[in-house]
Amino acid sequence: MEASIRIDLDKCEGCGDCVPVCPFDAIEIVDEKARINEGCNLCSACEAVCKSGAITIEVGVTREVSGEKDAYQGVWVFAEQRDSHVLGVAYELASEGRKLADALGTELSVVCFGEAVKDAKHLMAYGADKVYLCESPLFAHPKDDVYARELVKLINVHRPEILLAGATSLGRSLMPRVAAILKTGLTADCTGLEIDQENRLLLQTRPAFGGNIMATIICPQKRPQMATVRPRAFKRAEPNPGRKGEILLVDLEKEAITSQTKLLNFVQDLTQKVKLEDADIIVSGGRGLGKAENFQLIEELAEVLGAAVGASRPVVEEGWMPYSHQVGQTGKTVSPKLYIACGISGSVQHLAGMQTSEVIVAINIDPDAPIFDVATYGIVGDLFEVVPALTAQLKKTRD
Amino acid sequence: MRVIVCIKQVPATTQVGIDPQTNTLIRQGVESIINPFDTYALEEGVRIQERLGGAVTVITMGPPQAGEALRECISLGADDAILLSDPAFAGADTLATSFTLAKAIEKLGSFDIVLCGRQTADGDTGQVAPELAEWLAVPIVTNVRKIHEINHGSIRLERMTEEGYEVIEMPLPGIITVVKEINTPRLPSLRGLVKAKSAKIPIWTAQDLNLEKDAIGLAGSPTRVIKVFNPPKARRGEFIQGDVENQVVLLVSKLEESKII
Repeated sequence: MEASIRIDLDKCEGCGDCVPVCPFDAIEIVDEKARINEGCNLCSACEAVCKSGAITIEVGVTREVSGEKDAYQGVWVFAEQRDSHVLGVAYELASEGRKLADALGTELSVVCFGEAVKDAKHLMAYGADKVYLCESPLFAHPKDDVYARELVKLINVHRPEILLAGATSLGRSLMPRVAAILKTGLTADCTGLEIDQENRLLLQTRPAFGGNIMATIICPQKRPQMATVRPRAFKRAEPNPGRKGEILLVDLEKEAITSQTKLLNFVQDLTQKVKLEDADIIVSGGRGLGKAENFQLIEELAEVLGAAVGASRPVVEEGWMPYSHQVGQTGKTVSPKLYIACGISGSVQHLAGMQTSEVIVAINIDPDAPIFDVATYGIVGDLFEVVPALTAQLKKTRD
Repeated sequence: MRVIVCIKQVPATTQVGIDPQTNTLIRQGVESIINPFDTYALEEGVRIQERLGGAVTVITMGPPQAGEALRECISLGADDAILLSDPAFAGADTLATSFTLAKAIEKLGSFDIVLCGRQTADGDTGQVAPELAEWLAVPIVTNVRKIHEINHGSIRLERMTEEGYEVIEMPLPGIITVVKEINTPRLPSLRGLVKAKSAKIPIWTAQDLNLEKDAIGLAGSPTRVIKVFNPPKARRGEFIQGDVENQVVLLVSKLEESKII
C-alpha cells in the first residue's frame, strides 16, 4: 500500500493558492515552488485548487490483495454491557453490522463480555448470526485492559474482517488498545459506514475539526478494519424475534484475569431522572438561562413531557449542571424524537451532538442564532416568557 | 517524579471549514495553538512536579513550527521539551504517531507518569494515548478529572464516565489522559517566558530514534483519508410567529398533530 503526494516542479507556478487551503499548514512556497512538509495528511484539498495541475495524490487502494487479508471474514460488533444489560448502542451496531455483513455476503457476530448478561440473546433479533458470550464475575465491571487482551485472543482465532464498537468512554479506550496490539487501523467516532464492494473495504466517515469537516477513511491492508461508532449515529432496526442465531459460550482460560488498575468505587450521578441516551424527548438549556437556579424552568418543562434534561457545554463548565447532562461533541450524542433547545445558540460542537434528532424546537432571543439553522420549529423570543408558557400550555392540554 | 507530557499543535478548529462555493478547505488566518485539552495535561504535570519534585518534559511530533508550541509549554512550567520532526513522520495516523511517541519516551529513559489531553481538537480521536500505553506496556486511565493522591509507585484518581465517575488506583509508571475539569491552567510566568526564549529544544529525527521507515509516517499508518467534505447541509424549518401565547399554542398543536408528543 503506497500513497503519496507529488509536486511537479515544472508545472508548479508558485502561485500559492494551495497554501491557505491546507488544513494542516503543510505547504510552504520555497524558491517559488510549493513544498509539502511533514504535516501533510494527503487530504487532497491542495490538489483540488491547483490551477496548473502540478499536485498529484496517488492512493493505491486497489493494489494487489495479500493472502493474509483474505483470511479475515465476517463482521464483528463488540456489545458493551452495564449491570448485565446490553447498552443501546450495541443494538444500533448490530442493526448496522447486519447491513454491512449482507453487503459483504458474510456473517455478523456479536461479542459480549460480562456477568449473567441475559439480554445477549436479543442481539440475534437485531441481526446477529452468532453471539460470543464471555462470562465471568471479573467482567461485571468493564476493565479495558482485561477486555482488550481477551478480545485480541478471540480475534486471532476467528479473524473478523471488520470490528465495530460504540464510541463510549469504554469503547474509546478499549478499541485503541486492541488496534495497537493487532497493529491495525482504527477510525474514531464514526457517523457513517459503507461497503466498497469492489475492493471489499469499509468506508468509515467521521467528523473532524470539531465537526467542521467530514472525512472518509479506509484501512486498505491491515485486518480487522476497526471503528468506534457514535451512539445514536445509526437507528436501531425493528427486531425480528423469529430470527435464528446461536449463542456460543466462550471458555476463558483458567489463569487469573487480572487488571492492572483497581476500581475502588463508582459514584453514579443521580441527577439524571431520565437517561439522556434513552430518552424520546430531551429538553436542553444553554447559557441563555443566565444562572443555575433558572434551570428550574427547563426541569419543569421536562417534567411535564416526561423528558430528560440536557445542557450545553457552557452550562456544564459554569457548574450549573453535571457533565452527565452535556450534549455535544465532548458530551453525549443524542437523537431523540423531540429535542427542545432553550437559550442555546447552537455551536458546531453542540449541533454535532443533537442534529439527527427527529424534530428540533429552538427557543432563542437571537433570530440569527445558528440553532435555528437545524430547527424544525423556531420561536424567537425571551425564554423566560416562552418556556413557562409552553409548560403551562402542555399542562393544560394534558389535563 | 519523572513526568512526561505529550502535546500537539493544532489549528484553532472553529475557523476551519469548507468553502461552499469552491468546495475546498479554508484555513484563512487560522492560527496554530497548543491543543486545548493538552494545556490541562501540562498544568497537571507541572503541579505533580511542584508537589513531588523531579522534572516535566514535553514532547510533540510535528513540523518544525511545532517548536513554538513547545516553547510555550516551557513558559507554562515545563522543564524541557523535545520535538520529533522528520519528513518521514508525515501522514502518520494514530498508530504510527503513538509508535513514534513510544520510541521517543523509551529513549528518554524511565518515567513515572505520562499525561495527555483527552483528545485533540483537530483529529478528535483520543486514540493516541491508549495506543501509546500498549506500545509502552504500561497501564492507562482515560478521562481523569481529579487526582486524589500520587506517589512514586501509584496514583489514585477519578475517571469521568457517562454515568458518573469511578475512583481508580493505578500502579506507576502509567499514563493518564485528562479532561478540562481537572484544573485551571496557569498563565505564563515572567521567569517562564525568559526561560522559554532561550531554551534549546532538541529535534529528534527518525534516525535519532532508530526507526525503520515502514513503521512511521504514512508507511506505518494502516489508515488512509480518502475524502474530505462539508457536513450535510442543515435543514431549516419554520419560525412560529405571533405573541408568546399564540406561539406556544401553535407549537403544541403542531407537535401533537405529528404525533411527536
